[in-house]
Amino acid sequence: MHAEAVVRKPLVTGGKTVHDVTDDICKRVEEKPAKSWLLAMAVSLGLLTFGAYAVFRLVWDGIGSWGLNKTVGWAWDITNFVWWVGIGHAGTLISAILLLFRQRWRMSINRAAEAMTIFAVICALQFPLLHMGRPWIGALWALPLPNTYGSLWVNFNSPLLWDVFAISTYFSVSLVFWYIGLVPDFATIRDRAKGISKVVYGALSMGWTGGAKDWSRYETVALVLAGLATPLVLSVHTIVSFDFATSVIPGWHTTIFPPYFVAGAIFSGFAMVLTLLLVTRRVYKLEDYITMQHMELMNIIIMVTGSIVGVAYITELFIAWYSGVEGEQYAFLNRVSGPYAWAYWSMMTCNVISPQLFWFKKIRTNIAATFIISIIVNIGMWFERFVIIVTSLHRDFLPSSWAMFYPTWVDMGVYIFTFGLFFTAFFLFAKFFPVINMAEVKSIVKATGEKTDK
Amino acid sequence: MSGNKNFVLGVYDDEDLLLKAIKDVRESGVKIYEVFSPFPVHGIDDVLGYKRSRLSIAAFLFGLLGTTLALTMQIGMMTFDWPMIIGGKDFFPFPTFIPVTFELTVLLGAFGMCGTFFVVSNLKPWAKPRIFDERITDDKHIIAVDIDKNSMSEEEIKKSLSAAGAQEVNNKSFE
Repeated sequence: MHAEAVVRKPLVTGGKTVHDVTDDICKRVEEKPAKSWLLAMAVSLGLLTFGAYAVFRLVWDGIGSWGLNKTVGWAWDITNFVWWVGIGHAGTLISAILLLFRQRWRMSINRAAEAMTIFAVICALQFPLLHMGRPWIGALWALPLPNTYGSLWVNFNSPLLWDVFAISTYFSVSLVFWYIGLVPDFATIRDRAKGISKVVYGALSMGWTGGAKDWSRYETVALVLAGLATPLVLSVHTIVSFDFATSVIPGWHTTIFPPYFVAGAIFSGFAMVLTLLLVTRRVYKLEDYITMQHMELMNIIIMVTGSIVGVAYITELFIAWYSGVEGEQYAFLNRVSGPYAWAYWSMMTCNVISPQLFWFKKIRTNIAATFIISIIVNIGMWFERFVIIVTSLHRDFLPSSWAMFYPTWVDMGVYIFTFGLFFTAFFLFAKFFPVINMAEVKSIVKATGEKTDK
Repeated sequence: MSGNKNFVLGVYDDEDLLLKAIKDVRESGVKIYEVFSPFPVHGIDDVLGYKRSRLSIAAFLFGLLGTTLALTMQIGMMTFDWPMIIGGKDFFPFPTFIPVTFELTVLLGAFGMCGTFFVVSNLKPWAKPRIFDERITDDKHIIAVDIDKNSMSEEEIKKSLSAAGAQEVNNKSFE
């Protein structure tokens, strides 16, 4: 007997069998690259090459090649850093928090989302490294290592140092989480492969055999990692927000930053997952695995987190006025109506108004609308970080030093470099790794016990 | 490992049937070597009589090591080795130690547990696994029975696996 409920729809459609799952996903790894993939790779490598030249100029000429001035000392570098870290959040959220909440719909999308996390954090890491000017030594100064000045240590009072620990822990734990999930799927590819692929996927699968004891341990590891990664996800963006919140700059010194940054990160992360998955699902014909139900549920998360972000924006304005602190009041008035008002209102439109469209079922179940809104949200979230950083700095305590920020081609080039890096890595992942967690999806293929219900 | 190892394999294609089969096979007196599946089958630990994995305890202990390491490092550096007043905070600014302590707790807990998992499950890139059947990682569940570890004859084991609904019953030997 096969039963299908109206409320709990099947998570994998198209009447797939367990063997079909193996075939559908492994086929993408085994077949020759499609023309569309080669074209996409060429474009990303183009971006990467152009961006690499900008990075080279930056390292060769120094930070002076950025558009920073004595008033605006942080601009695109930290904006891009916070933006990329935020994008990374959805992956760990899907794999950790939704695992703890037993949300089985995460199974079709967690692999690609985790890959996105890893690549986004790599992109984010470029900015703190490059903004040191001499990254080859600057990177060492951030670590608690004995140095040539005697035992002068790093400053554990500084949120920038907490960031070093937070981001590196986040990156390495996410990487391990992702890899452990990949091991059984690499074994599936190994058992189908021939020649050199068998050797490569054999090494990657680390000798996985699928024994019950191993599965039992594997599930314990996944659950404990989820338990460890959940507060980690929340801590990372909280600590990133401390970079601003613990300072005394009006517009930054805000207690709402930690939860608001976390909500914003989930918001932008889900938007990026949607952008990538809508393309992957179409190109790889994975509509039976990444269904409209997945899209709708992700859109609902975007709607909820978008609303939280909206409330945070309004709270900031209210508290600035209510605090009675003149500097604080001016900082927010300047954001709303100053020379960067265009950026502020772009942010408001993209982040507060656009996700509200998802209240309509017709819009949240429409692929084109979802795709467009997901991109709008990502643009809006970039503006959010830009607004926080630049508008708070450009008019400081001394009106004679007020200035505007104009990005140079190197500013833009380094940002483009990270896009090239991100998409190159993602396309390589989509071609050579299983984009869907086969082992987990196989466990939800069968919606009923049709063979034992006799 | 010396000498040949001979196994009888019962092949099943449904996880619910597999769970029932394991119970039946064990009740008939056959000792199961291991059960292999393409995905985690819930409830299999109970029917096989496996105890809960203690990896979570390993994670806790490694986490504790991380906490100790982080606090020792920060207190040692900021309070004793090079005390400095930064931002008006004293030489023992405990609240500012919390973020790094938390991160190192998670880092060591996660890495320690995963490392332990790799070691106890013998997972390593150069491993030469015994692959009982290549369909295990595709869509078949397999009950493997070590003939030498059973008092029953090969025929009786095969009969028991078939009676428990095996699609196929095969032999597999390893050097």
